Amino acid sequence: MPTRFESTARPDSLLLNMGPSHPAMHGTIRIMLELDGERIVNSEVELGYLHRGFEKTCENRSYFNLLIYTDRLNYVSPLINNLGYAMTMEKMLGLAVPERAQYIRVILSEVSRVSDHLTCLAAMSMECGAFTAFLYTMKAREYLWDVIEQTTGARMTTSYIRIGGVRADLHPDYETHVKTALVETRKVLKDVHGLLDKNKIFLNRTRDVAVMSRDDAIAYGWTGPCLRSTGVLYDVRKAQPYLVYDRCRFDVPLGERGDNFDRYMVRMLEMEQSLRIVEQCVALIPKPGAALMAEGMPPAEAIREARSRKSGRGIKLSRNLEGSERAVLKEILADGPHAVIPAKEETYTSIEGLITHFKFFMKGQGIRPPKGEVYFAVEGGNGELGYYIVSDGTDRPYRLHLRGPCFHVVAALEKLIQGRLIADVIPTFGSMNMIGGELDR
Amino acid sequence: MPGNFIATRFNYMLGWARKFSLFHYPFVTACCGMEYMSAACAHFDIDRFGAGWTRFTPRQADLILVVGTVTQKLAPVLKTVYDQMTEPKWVIAIGACAVSGGIYDNYAVLQGIDQIIPVDIFVPGCPPRPEMILDGLLKLQQKIQKQEHDWRWKKKTS
Amino acid sequence: MEEKNVLTGLREALTDRVLDASSPFGDDTIVIRPSALREVMDVLRAAPYDFTMLLDLTVVDYPDRAERFEIVYHLLSISRNRRIRIKLSVGEANPEVASLTPIWKNADWLEREAFDMFGVTFEGHPYLRRLFMYDGFEGHPLRKDYALRHRQPRLPLRKP
Repeated sequence: MPTRFESTARPDSLLLNMGPSHPAMHGTIRIMLELDGERIVNSEVELGYLHRGFEKTCENRSYFNLLIYTDRLNYVSPLINNLGYAMTMEKMLGLAVPERAQYIRVILSEVSRVSDHLTCLAAMSMECGAFTAFLYTMKAREYLWDVIEQTTGARMTTSYIRIGGVRADLHPDYETHVKTALVETRKVLKDVHGLLDKNKIFLNRTRDVAVMSRDDAIAYGWTGPCLRSTGVLYDVRKAQPYLVYDRCRFDVPLGERGDNFDRYMVRMLEMEQSLRIVEQCVALIPKPGAALMAEGMPPAEAIREARSRKSGRGIKLSRNLEGSERAVLKEILADGPHAVIPAKEETYTSIEGLITHFKFFMKGQGIRPPKGEVYFAVEGGNGELGYYIVSDGTDRPYRLHLRGPCFHVVAALEKLIQGRLIADVIPTFGSMNMIGGELDR
Repeated sequence: MPGNFIATRFNYMLGWARKFSLFHYPFVTACCGMEYMSAACAHFDIDRFGAGWTRFTPRQADLILVVGTVTQKLAPVLKTVYDQMTEPKWVIAIGACAVSGGIYDNYAVLQGIDQIIPVDIFVPGCPPRPEMILDGLLKLQQKIQKQEHDWRWKKKTS
Repeated sequence: MEEKNVLTGLREALTDRVLDASSPFGDDTIVIRPSALREVMDVLRAAPYDFTMLLDLTVVDYPDRAERFEIVYHLLSISRNRRIRIKLSVGEANPEVASLTPIWKNADWLEREAFDMFGVTFEGHPYLRRLFMYDGFEGHPLRKDYALRHRQPRLPLRKP
């Protein structure tokens, strides 16, 4: 079946294909343009080049295992996807997450959000030609990823936020890295503001380009920074506060005109607010009840110590590896043997604990939520990130659907570039922050 | 055969020149693209290995970095881009999805790009750290150095 | 209390079109007849409910039921800060529902996705074509009877 585009194109206009292999580092999307000189008469967007079968795959994985697939949805802010899924499951299971875990979740989500906005603006400014802004923001992102890596172990796809809490407690020394990241990111934001805010070229390319009105934005289902750039105040963190957002003081920047520049500015200001939230949470987070690292030594250190002492006597080995003791675990994971793994003291020393641990991971056992369906949304980097899970009582979801915010934002792309020049496609598309994993799932 | 010594020396020089002046084409699709961006930027500079210049057209590139998942829908596009590249050309598959389909074993994902194009270096990881990407590039440079280059204007037989 | 008011108010306003109204896990849900879809949406969109945004449209496949496809809509009211879920079921023989494209513009792509993944058609949609899968792909992947690993490659593969 020929595309609508091919059947309605006039014979004397030029057809240009901005193909799926895009230099603009947005991954894979195809925009077909019908041009009259440089002006776009008609366009069609074709997706699906990164459709990886997320929803169908999740129907074949247990609730615990499919966490890794959620990381790869909005891959520039992976912790927020994890958070959305974990909170949806907690709503279904009725789990109460301990307070320290909530603060940890907020800190790392906001760090992820800043990294998301930095990447979006980096790509957008690089495609407009401002390569310096790209390099500076990438530098800031490295510091933020250091923070994430120190606690979770991975820079990007972490699978850290688990159902019931988080995987491990914060690193005892995390504050140093957080302070460095905050200082460096603020420096970079100041530099980028100076480079781009009043830059004549950048303003010409983004001011009054691809203007979106409020009613249209709501009709298209826009949420997140793109909706707020049109002037509508809707932020899931403020409207339906979850975790500890109600204890943090932060503003929600709003735009006026809904053009590219407003979308850029809203993201820049939101980054500053996210850094404020991180600072407040680092100050407010309850102190850990027990020592963060296990008493006694982990095996590797014990072996080294034994070699240096030439004898193994007197070395106290930690039986409970990687801080999974009962004392640490109750701070970071909810209490619910049907939904979280038990502490290592029970696993290694009692038969009931061993069976509980074993059954958690066995096929057919493990997390089995009650029958029913639930929808829960968090504020993702692009807007309302919602998970709709239908459960039939078994250990695998019957249906898992993601409400990806950038799907709805990109649905308006054809309308926004109508009548504009080809060169306007680039900043428009960049300011929308299309992430292939979330768009195509 | 006379000139054998000269031929090998010339081959060595050609290998040296080619390996330190790679123009790469980043065929970026998914999450690994973020690590590729990190590898290309200031922290883990790819430019110090001579491969800094990104050519966004396959005609001018001699190395294609396939970064991220390649779906069945995208496979003909990848093949077209690879065919458009001129000889000599090399392929690095970065990320578990490009290497073997990764965690996605389903109806939509191509299980490894070596099912459609020949690959020189596989860099596994989900995503691989930028240092691993640079290590893959270095291994490719060793491979190019040792390779027998075709400088006598005849078709490659192998 | 407010949720009860919404559901009871809807029951009164729509009487026989609403088959069921409940709040599982705290989410307001109503089940309606497929023929009443446009009417219900018009009621919900207007005051006093003000559900002005279509958040999501998805389909769930229950092959054991007579009415196989359950189409699920999520709406959001920004002014009242409330969400609601609307469900309706259609059978396999005639999986057709009225399209919401005249009301909400993102219904365009959402309905194309539902058609692509499940085969549910939408009457009145201007351009019902596959969204994610490619031309030449046969079948609807998210149906329960489509095997997960049933691949349909577009190119001849080098190694089997």
